[in-house]
Amino acid sequence: MKPEDLLYAKTHEWVCVETDSAGAKVATIGISAFALEALTDLVFMELPEVGRELNAEEPFGEVESVKAVSDLISPVSGEIVEVNSDIADDLEKMTEDPYGAGWLIKVKLSDESVLANLMDHAAYQKQCAEEA
Amino acid sequence: MRNQQTTELLFEQSRAGSCAVHMPECDVPARSLEDMLPEGATGSPPPLPELSEPDLVRHYVNLSTQNMSVDTHFYPLGSCTMKYNPKRNERLASDAGWLGLHPYQPESTVQGVLQVLWECQEMLGEIAGLPAVSLQPAAGAHGEMTALLTAAGYFNDTGQRRDVVLIPDQAHGTNPASAAVAGFRTVEVKSTPEGFVDLDDLESKLDEKTAVFMITNPNTLGLFDGQIARIAELVHEAGGLVYLDGANMNAILGIARPGDFGADMMHFNPHKTFSTPHGGGGPGAGPIAVAEKLGPYLPRPVIARDGETYKLDFDRPKSIGRVRSFVGNVGVLLRMYCYILTHGPDGLRRVSENAVLNANYLLNRVKHFLPVQYGDRCTHEFVATAGELRDRRGISAMDIAKRLIDYGFHAPTVYFPLIVREAMMIEPTESETKATLDAFAEALFRITEEPEDLLHEAPHSTTVSRPDEVLAARKPVLKWKGEG
Amino acid sequence: MPYAPTTTEEQQAMLKAIGAKDIEELFAMIPGELRMDGELQLPAAMGEMELSARMSDLAGKNLPAGSGACFLGGGCYDHFVPAVVDFVASRSEFYTAYTPYQAEASQGSLQAFFEYQTLVTQLTGMDVSNASLYDGAGAAVEAVLMAINATRRDKVVVLDSVHPEYIQTLGTYLTNVKTTIKTLVTVNPDAKQCAASPAALADILNKETACVLVQHPNFFGCLEDVEALAEVTHAAGALLILAVNPVSLGLLKRPGQCGVDIVVAEGQPLGIPMTFGGPGLGIIACSEKFVRRMPGRLVGQTVDRRGRRCWVLTLQTREQHIRREKATSNICTNQGLMALRASVFLAAMGPMGMRQMAELCLQKAHYALDELINTGAVSRVFEQPFFNEFAVRVKGGDPQKLIDAAVTGNIFPGVPLGRWYPEMNDCMLVAVTEKRTKMEIDMLVELVKKT
Repeated sequence: MKPEDLLYAKTHEWVCVETDSAGAKVATIGISAFALEALTDLVFMELPEVGRELNAEEPFGEVESVKAVSDLISPVSGEIVEVNSDIADDLEKMTEDPYGAGWLIKVKLSDESVLANLMDHAAYQKQCAEEA
Repeated sequence: MRNQQTTELLFEQSRAGSCAVHMPECDVPARSLEDMLPEGATGSPPPLPELSEPDLVRHYVNLSTQNMSVDTHFYPLGSCTMKYNPKRNERLASDAGWLGLHPYQPESTVQGVLQVLWECQEMLGEIAGLPAVSLQPAAGAHGEMTALLTAAGYFNDTGQRRDVVLIPDQAHGTNPASAAVAGFRTVEVKSTPEGFVDLDDLESKLDEKTAVFMITNPNTLGLFDGQIARIAELVHEAGGLVYLDGANMNAILGIARPGDFGADMMHFNPHKTFSTPHGGGGPGAGPIAVAEKLGPYLPRPVIARDGETYKLDFDRPKSIGRVRSFVGNVGVLLRMYCYILTHGPDGLRRVSENAVLNANYLLNRVKHFLPVQYGDRCTHEFVATAGELRDRRGISAMDIAKRLIDYGFHAPTVYFPLIVREAMMIEPTESETKATLDAFAEALFRITEEPEDLLHEAPHSTTVSRPDEVLAARKPVLKWKGEG
Repeated sequence: MPYAPTTTEEQQAMLKAIGAKDIEELFAMIPGELRMDGELQLPAAMGEMELSARMSDLAGKNLPAGSGACFLGGGCYDHFVPAVVDFVASRSEFYTAYTPYQAEASQGSLQAFFEYQTLVTQLTGMDVSNASLYDGAGAAVEAVLMAINATRRDKVVVLDSVHPEYIQTLGTYLTNVKTTIKTLVTVNPDAKQCAASPAALADILNKETACVLVQHPNFFGCLEDVEALAEVTHAAGALLILAVNPVSLGLLKRPGQCGVDIVVAEGQPLGIPMTFGGPGLGIIACSEKFVRRMPGRLVGQTVDRRGRRCWVLTLQTREQHIRREKATSNICTNQGLMALRASVFLAAMGPMGMRQMAELCLQKAHYALDELINTGAVSRVFEQPFFNEFAVRVKGGDPQKLIDAAVTGNIFPGVPLGRWYPEMNDCMLVAVTEKRTKMEIDMLVELVKKT
């Protein structure tokens, strides 16, 4: 996935929406390279289980560095259909490939309207520039 | 001089057949184990290491030299009040007349300890300006939680549904954690740019749900918030209670009493204020003092006096119940008792005066090269920032802290409070001399002039330098896992 | 001023440097109306000699059970403390240090705590121990909170044979949160029973049960069928928390081999003086999978920048100073010095020392019970196998009379049970440690005969 094609939440999660074979919209969610750099060395990731229903802006997991812990916030609403559980054992992969192998969960969207609240790449770049 | 071999882990020094303790022969007629215990109840002896007494002594004495401590070094760890631990207190609290007491002995045989504990209650009540005291809590955080549960008991009993605890953004992390354990929701209150409670923000968050406002005063920036009377008024008008985190009592002993300036509840940290040893992280104690109306809800038992007799009073129907087994960390309270008696009213006041003098003197020496954001004066501690050094030269508060070790000083508290960038919280305490403070200030100044690389890799004089914390947290090794 | 070394002259120099005319000026930030009027009403200061005399006078008003024939237990025991334990704990490099946040300045404490964690796992057979909690009751509560957290369930089952003060403490902690405690009645003096039946336990467990808290040996000294209890607990998807007497682990099968999820203990028997019940030592150890829900401090091994093995506080994001209201617990300190005492004790005893000590407790307790029963003046309350503690009923009455009569002979026969169990107000709990000699036991027996 190219970062330019993705949508972004204020809380630094990225979203890629695709249509699955049954025609449902499924969002893949990860953390942006900018956020990963700010978090520094990751030591632990707690991810949810498949089947859980999420609401937009609800925490779905946690990511820890040595001296900080941050909630992972879902940018979308829907049911979790897949979790990249291997990533928790190989956190370096997150930093190496945040938009590919570093994805976290896939969510079958229950409400597409929340996507309108997300930023495109340019708007997100602007936010990052302000925060840096 | 370090003896490398003896500081290998106990398990690596184990030699089969060694034992430091020999138990006496069994002097009663022995029965077979099978006769006494059901089948399958016993196991093989635990696989503990096997060492002789000389092995152990050399191991631990050498290990002890790998520590900095109050008895060996200046230890200006902010918010921890690392003052001198008087040796007479150690001796007096180690009498067999205290150590050999069992908590369930008949009361007639424990009148001495009950009298000490009763007097501790009275003295702490007087110092707090809050008359009802519980000695049960085992540590400051435990005291916070106990007081919050006491408040919950009071609200429940008076039919009030209040479930929010308000906490300033600069508070110690135990405040919100204790509130959560006690079943409250927490709401953060902002600080003003001057480092005090933002009254407007507080007012906007007070309502009929407010149970308690927790405040540390003097606060974690080392400033006394003079608005405290107004704050208490606002909280009380909203029907809430004011909790004072007593972490910083070393600044105001005999000068101002929490009960007089509006607090309804507070805890003491005897291991800070009253010189009981920190023990490498405990045991401490966390006695609490509360207003009269909250007294009935305190944990039971409390110590009561009936004429010349002292007793454990369990007959307290409104009590929240107990928060631990037995009566409290008596060994710690005995040392506290000795400390208070050694000082008397005038002496305690002078403890605070000297603590505040030392802190202000050091602040005055340090502020020229490490800015102190919040004013020219402090109480018993102050917070300097390495923010400018960080921006200009990439030197962090942690670099400075580590380099201080090379100069023979324990580091200050760093990165707390969270509202100051590159914070260094420095608390000299009253038990240091001017000469020590001068030497410390000079070392600190020299460090700020030293090359960046030297600082990033400090300390250089210790056997260990910059442990890899990421590795430790990613792949936790929390016990010895055998050779190789 | 005993411990503030600054001279008046130095004070003046310091004030001058600060630019303050006197110390009073330094307190200007405390508004006048908030200051104290006058002095604290406290006793006048005492010099070391006066204080020593006073403390000796006060200590003299106690009759310490530890200096007599102490048969008191109930979570606090009169065990032998080797001199080497006192010696190590009196090294002020250990006792005047604080929390080892600066690893380079604290390797001594850090390594000692890492060794403590290892020793506790060796003793209990569990995967992980933390660096200690306040006391046994606190450890039991923290274990329950861990289990609620781990299972996301909110019903707690407690056996009524658990130490009554642990149950009370748990009740206090949980009053204000949405959790219910269900007590399983297992104590039945009429049937001479106080051990749990796995079937009865299974009956009250359901999908909402987070954990079951069991004590073994239980408060009355009797053994429980831990493996069977673990099995039914797990069948309901709940966790088994076991409170143990650490001395019993010199002999009994280790909890790690019995399917226990979290072990807690009061560590006082491991080289810590009784001191009227505190400070003690809260031991907690668990299976690997719960390590991130563990409360309190954990020390981990790592390497430094030169590749040398060393130790640091780790997994700190669990703790209050980082996670604040979401922390696994509000606990901040451990019981460092008490953990050190327990470490030296365990290392001094070794496997054989612990085994011999446990066997002595067992043998002497069984001898004492047999001899007491033979007097005909007391009867056994429960028939189950026990370790070193047992309940007896004093025929014809109040054990307090016996206890009061024994004081003059410096004998402490037992803990009256009526304070917690009104139906057992003619019973007392007798504990026998390795320190009790045959002569002392025989003295107790004589006394019971006479009274």
